[in-house]
Amino acid sequence: MGSYIPNTDAQRREMLHAVGVDTIDALFESVPRDMLVGDGLKLPAGLSELEVRRAVTAMAEKNRIYPTVLRGAGAYRHFIPAVVKSVVNREELVTAYTPYQAEISQGILQSIFEFQTMICSLTGMDVANASVYDGGTAAAESIAMCKDRKRTRAYVSACAHPHVIETMRTYCFGSGTELIVVPEKDGRTDTDALKDMLGADAACFYLQQPNYYGNVEDAAAIGEIVHAAGAKYVMGVNPIACAIMETPAACGADIAVGEGQPLGLDIAFGGPYLGFMAATKTMFRKLPGRIVGQTHDVEGNVGYVLTLTAREQHIRREKASSNICSNQALCALTAGVYLTAMGDEGLRQAARLSLSKAHYLAAELEKIGLKRVHSGEFFHEFVTTCGNTDAVLEALDKAGILGGLPVKDGILWCVTEMVSREELDKAAAIIKEVC
Amino acid sequence: MKLIFEKGAPGQHLDLLPSCDVPEVSLTHERQPELGLPHVSETELTRHYTALAKRVHGVNDGFYPLGSCTMKYNPKINEDMAALPGFTQIHPLQPESTVQGCMEVYATAEALLGEITGMDAMTFQPAAGAHGEFTGLFLIKAYHQHRGDSERTKIIVPDSAHGTNPASAVMAGYTVVNIPSGPDGCVDVEALRSAVGPDTAGLMLTNPNTVGIFDKNILEITRIVHDAGGLCYYDGANLNAVMGVVRPGDMGFDVIHLNLHKTFSTPHGGGGPGSGAVGCKEILRPFLPGPVVVREGDGFRFAQPEHSIGRVKDFYGNFTVVVKALTYILTLGKEGIPDAAKNAVLNANYMMKRLKEKYHMAYDVTCMHEFVMSLEDLLHETGVSAMDIAKGLLDNGIHPPTMYFPLIVHEALMIEPTETESKETLDEACDVFLKLWDLAHSDPQALHDAPKTTPVRRLDEVGAARNPVLRYQGENQ
Repeated sequence: MGSYIPNTDAQRREMLHAVGVDTIDALFESVPRDMLVGDGLKLPAGLSELEVRRAVTAMAEKNRIYPTVLRGAGAYRHFIPAVVKSVVNREELVTAYTPYQAEISQGILQSIFEFQTMICSLTGMDVANASVYDGGTAAAESIAMCKDRKRTRAYVSACAHPHVIETMRTYCFGSGTELIVVPEKDGRTDTDALKDMLGADAACFYLQQPNYYGNVEDAAAIGEIVHAAGAKYVMGVNPIACAIMETPAACGADIAVGEGQPLGLDIAFGGPYLGFMAATKTMFRKLPGRIVGQTHDVEGNVGYVLTLTAREQHIRREKASSNICSNQALCALTAGVYLTAMGDEGLRQAARLSLSKAHYLAAELEKIGLKRVHSGEFFHEFVTTCGNTDAVLEALDKAGILGGLPVKDGILWCVTEMVSREELDKAAAIIKEVC
Repeated sequence: MKLIFEKGAPGQHLDLLPSCDVPEVSLTHERQPELGLPHVSETELTRHYTALAKRVHGVNDGFYPLGSCTMKYNPKINEDMAALPGFTQIHPLQPESTVQGCMEVYATAEALLGEITGMDAMTFQPAAGAHGEFTGLFLIKAYHQHRGDSERTKIIVPDSAHGTNPASAVMAGYTVVNIPSGPDGCVDVEALRSAVGPDTAGLMLTNPNTVGIFDKNILEITRIVHDAGGLCYYDGANLNAVMGVVRPGDMGFDVIHLNLHKTFSTPHGGGGPGSGAVGCKEILRPFLPGPVVVREGDGFRFAQPEHSIGRVKDFYGNFTVVVKALTYILTLGKEGIPDAAKNAVLNANYMMKRLKEKYHMAYDVTCMHEFVMSLEDLLHETGVSAMDIAKGLLDNGIHPPTMYFPLIVHEALMIEPTETESKETLDEACDVFLKLWDLAHSDPQALHDAPKTTPVRRLDEVGAARNPVLRYQGENQ
């Protein structure tokens, strides 16, 4: 068996002697005897490191890695510069706890402060928190920031990611909030319906931009509708799209949230990912979770601390604004390193390449009869009709291509900078043969 | 130290992406403001983050006896396994037939952790302990509602509980009933008996509790709650003391969250990502967040529990964290799991015994994996507080214990050495603690002034909250 216990039997005997007992089991005397598991634990025997490596690697090898990925729908395969993993694997950063002891945690605190700054820059918002679990929980947490005694209903666009809507609904089950889905029209939020639905009890409306179908919403106009009803406007944005699309701030958002996975995190079967949350000056004190602030030490040196903790559970207990304890610090650090490596030009390039290549594929698919289901602009995802979804995906699969995701009206395709024109041409040729 | 935004110069960059090989496309309305991201070369980037890493105390930088946080050694094999491309390069929405290995990870971890905890089913969706608490409470809520038992609106929480417990209960829509602990730090059984009633949805409890004592009345406690119609929630923060020795399921708990990043050796990452897996008894299985992995023939498929509370997160959870925890469990196995718990308890009792020479123990009885000292007397005698001793430890290369928690002990320091520390390390740390106790008497000012050797000294937290500076505002500010 493997073990990470350094003490020898001889040392243990010395320690037991010092404590004044004969056996370790004597230390468990407060546990009712008949409750002890004894030898009855039905676990396999422990393994050496080599055996564990074989066993776990065998599981990994049962999964299929696709050389070409044309599927997104909330998890996006982007290029990750080598420096990202090199930095993020440093064991101090990997193994440290939440930075409660600021004097020996400046590296983590400063990296979060820098992350907060970068999220503000991307979104145009005033203040960002240190991150939350993922995009879905960020969206769900935003509802509590907007509710008050009179405004008790939350609204979400039907064009948001289904997982995000479901997560919001679960959180609402807890708080007793009513969550209402505003219908779609031609792959976008039905703005007429939105106008009719938002009443005096509307707390907030959540819009995803670009939306689940990849379509660009008229976010500024929707912001005006939401504000006209006196509700708060929450936008869920793709951080890479933020490099070239209008900022949530420019669209009038009170709160901007999103899934940070595209910023240097592996798709990794769904996690760990990263939720970011940013707000205007008037709302930032309602942000849940950790926030890092700049301050000085007794000698006047600049330093960083967890701040505004009076919102938090370890101080406020049942009166806290959220129960969040951890953020996703290492994932936030990853995003910070990624954004630093990319810089303005690199991030714009990743966005431009994704946008352009997605349009190239859409045009190629249209030529062979897979027409776009929706009209209007899209970013790096789009839905096409497909008469024979299973056959198309299977043919692509055989060629090592993960095709788009089957959705109700056809297939949701995604293209990022990771896919070359050659691969797109190959995919189109395969589809042409099947259709 | 400069911020990354203050380094480099406009135009410095890394060459990462090829030029566009398809016609370039623009949107009708594009972003106007600059992005304002850093502009540095790869050299500056790596030096910046190397410098940041040097300003962090990790588990490998020294002893880390942070109570309730189980800062055990994070094995390297775990990291290697989680970094396998067969895990990291898998899209969460691939066809089920192409992700059987990922599903096997979840199914195997569920079976092994189910055996360790005495639970029948498990979800790995919750991303952290607090997220797990919230999920577990939702299961309790859904269970009562499904039975038409809508009057159960209260969750009972002892005053020694972690702050997340009451906060999670409120997020789940419950009213919190705080009950006092007895003089022995355990649940006051009579107080519990008078607190339960037809409005009791459940009890949240940590056992061993936050003062490091195994509640010997545990079976009576869970029976009282069950007799009143409530369910029992186990906060798994302290499972490291008893894993493989005694099971929460056998103590009478119905639902539990685990902190895989504490007990099961996955690293804390400076505050996440963790994993707050939630296990439950059969009666709560139908309410689990979906999807869950189920065995079918030789393989696995996803299924939706019949009365699922819905998902609590996108996709399935912090998957690669679960890979690390599974690697750890397979390594330790049947003998290693209880062995870890027993050695954690021995290490804690050994340290407690040595520190008792000078420090006052809040509860002077055999402890489990951690113990709590009260520095109230020291403060009265010398003016040196728990905070001062903690800061003195920083100058000695030791991460301080958890301070000022639990709230029921004044001037508390909560020490959890874990099983992965050697007697030699414990002895050295005890020597430092005892030396600081002497220093408190001989030169209290030296401790008020600590730390002196850290990258920064004590920071103005009040000022930080009063005049919040929460982002870099450019060179002019």
